[in-house]
Amino acid sequence: MAGQLSIAKALNEALRKSLENDPKTLLMGEDIGKLGGVFRITDGLQKDFGEDRVIDTPLAESGIVGTAIGLALRGYRPVVEIQFDGFVYPAFDQIVTQLAKMHARALGHVKMPVTIRIPYGGGIGAVEHHSESHEAYFAHTAGLRVVSPSNADDAHWMLRQAIESDDPVIFLEPKRRYWDKGEVQDAPTTDLYSARIARPGTDATLIAYGPMVKVCHEAAAAAAEDGRSLEVVDLRSLSPIDFATVEASVRRTGRGIVVHEAPVFLGLGAELAARLTETCFYHLEAPILRVGGYHAPYPPSRVEEQYLPDLDRVLDAVDRALAY
Amino acid sequence: MTVKSTARARKKAAPGVPDNLRTGTDAPPELVQLLTPEGERVEHPEFPLETTPEELRSLYRDLVLVRRFDAEATSLQRQGELGLWASLLGQEAAQVGSGRAMRPGDYAFPTYREHGVAWCRDVDPLNLLGMFRGVNHGGWDPNEKNFHLYTIVIGSQTLHATGYAMGITKDGADDAVIAYFGDGASSQGDVNEAFTFASVYNAPVVFFCQNNQWAISEPTTTQTKIPLYRRASGFGFPGVRVDGNDVLACLAVTRWALDRARTGAGPVLIEAFTYRMGAHTTSDDPTRYRLTEETEAWKAKDPILRLKAYLDKEGLADEAFFADVEAQSEKLGLRVREGVRSMPDPDPTLIFDHVYAEPHTLVAEERAEYEAYAASFEGGENL
Ligand SMILES: Cc1ncc(C[n+]2csc(CCOP(=O)(O)OP(=O)(O)O)c2C)c(N)n1
Repeated sequence: MAGQLSIAKALNEALRKSLENDPKTLLMGEDIGKLGGVFRITDGLQKDFGEDRVIDTPLAESGIVGTAIGLALRGYRPVVEIQFDGFVYPAFDQIVTQLAKMHARALGHVKMPVTIRIPYGGGIGAVEHHSESHEAYFAHTAGLRVVSPSNADDAHWMLRQAIESDDPVIFLEPKRRYWDKGEVQDAPTTDLYSARIARPGTDATLIAYGPMVKVCHEAAAAAAEDGRSLEVVDLRSLSPIDFATVEASVRRTGRGIVVHEAPVFLGLGAELAARLTETCFYHLEAPILRVGGYHAPYPPSRVEEQYLPDLDRVLDAVDRALAY
Repeated sequence: MTVKSTARARKKAAPGVPDNLRTGTDAPPELVQLLTPEGERVEHPEFPLETTPEELRSLYRDLVLVRRFDAEATSLQRQGELGLWASLLGQEAAQVGSGRAMRPGDYAFPTYREHGVAWCRDVDPLNLLGMFRGVNHGGWDPNEKNFHLYTIVIGSQTLHATGYAMGITKDGADDAVIAYFGDGASSQGDVNEAFTFASVYNAPVVFFCQNNQWAISEPTTTQTKIPLYRRASGFGFPGVRVDGNDVLACLAVTRWALDRARTGAGPVLIEAFTYRMGAHTTSDDPTRYRLTEETEAWKAKDPILRLKAYLDKEGLADEAFFADVEAQSEKLGLRVREGVRSMPDPDPTLIFDHVYAEPHTLVAEERAEYEAYAASFEGGENL
């Protein structure tokens, strides 16, 4: 399979392999059958695996997740597609009050191997409710695992690992990167939860995940032209967070900047900043800074570029961090 | 006349609410009944039921023991041994009738009040008390007796039941599922989504609504303008209203619905028309919202008294039988009392157990932090 694939295709291949490897794996969602999903992530899968394994569901998100829970109780391994980030909220109750807690409530007697795939984030010029980043809501809930790949190789292997996990996994797909291509390896190079040094550097650490990893790479390349060496850490997993890797990087560089699309207020950046302050205080040359969205509804697409962190906003933060 | 009182007068006079929907005591015409409140056995053309004397006695025993268990739990709550209790008083027939209709491979998805169904599934009654005592959030293995954990969020479990039933279809098995919920729950989106999924996938699930006339303080008329069982037709499957205080009717109708489901005919909605005789839970004060006359009138329909009247009249049980049931009831009471009082508090590290099925670094880290903190006190973990 090794070769250059888009993230979308890498995900499609991961679903195909998972369906092949385990007859208990099922896909469920709106329009995932004939249409192959609105982003075509499930393209061709119903044709090859049948309507019984690739299930077009009624248009009811709570119903999709709630019945997936029942199927998991019956021994199935449902992989659910939520069509867009903004439509997961009707299922929020089933996810946080039922799915996340079932294993603990049964004192470990039942497992909830449900994967919920959600295309998330902005930057594609979409209408309202099609560009949101809700990772903090899910990461805040114990019992859920939350991950987000940033490249094709991770997209493929993280999805396969998520599906194999006996825990519920919220799998956030950076929709504006669906068409970015990258090499997909023949075997996973790391586990689902380890962060990765995406680019080594010495002056400051940029901490990002999902769609923002690419922006951070661009920022690091631009900074390099000015003689600044930025390290980029791709978190990959948002719950749990691989703090060890992040902390080691920040200790090395003395500076940390967290970058995400979601609003800064009470976002993952707040958690990382607090944590790094507690654990790396004596290594810090500057406060941990955060770059992210505003405390406002995701804006109309004509102004989304002003809302989304871009290379300049990241470099601005780098300037501020280095000025201490 | 003020505008307000005109509106009120109009509301009162508003046509269109069928009489049988008003909270009240009259048995509506469409009610399936096999045993009258006076203990007369009657036939229903669509729901015949053959029973042996032994079966009838065993149903009676279940009703009595379940009521005793419930009464015991209510007292234990009053004595401070349980934090809360949701009593099933008055709903014994609905639960025992439907519970006894199940086969071993069938699966029940309860709310928080289905103690009688749990009894029929042979779940240890003490298991049910753990969450009310506050030692766990459920605690039993649902797959051991095919009885799922209690669900407190109204309506959620109807979707789990439907998904499970979809799995049965995929497995090609001939089991069926029963999902319990209340009349209040019928307003929830999840219940309506469950109806849709069950209908379009022809899932072998029986929706068993115990219309006990009240959702805490709200009467059924706040949830619906048509009789609940008729909702089913809008989703494309049959709905039946059964006398929920008649254990034989509940048994016959539920058995019919489960058998129908397992043959691939799809879901059924059963509305068991019954009454919650006690408070919603031990924290509730029903005198604030309902009339004594209403409760009194329902007393005359008591599920246990009518079966006893029938057994007596037909000479199907003798004194020795009733004495034996009484003795078993005493024994159960004692076991429950002693069992609850000796139920240990969980080890505090339970907080970190089973959060995830696989290792999770944050949970591991916080557990270690907690353990170190606890150990820093004299006497170790005994905080
Ligand atoms: C989603 C949700 N909203 C509110 C509550 C609080 N609550 C607990 S029981 C109840 C009434 C439920 O009535 P019904 O469905 O008729 O069942 P019953 O208790 O009468 O058996 C309410 C409002 C809840 N548990 N879940």
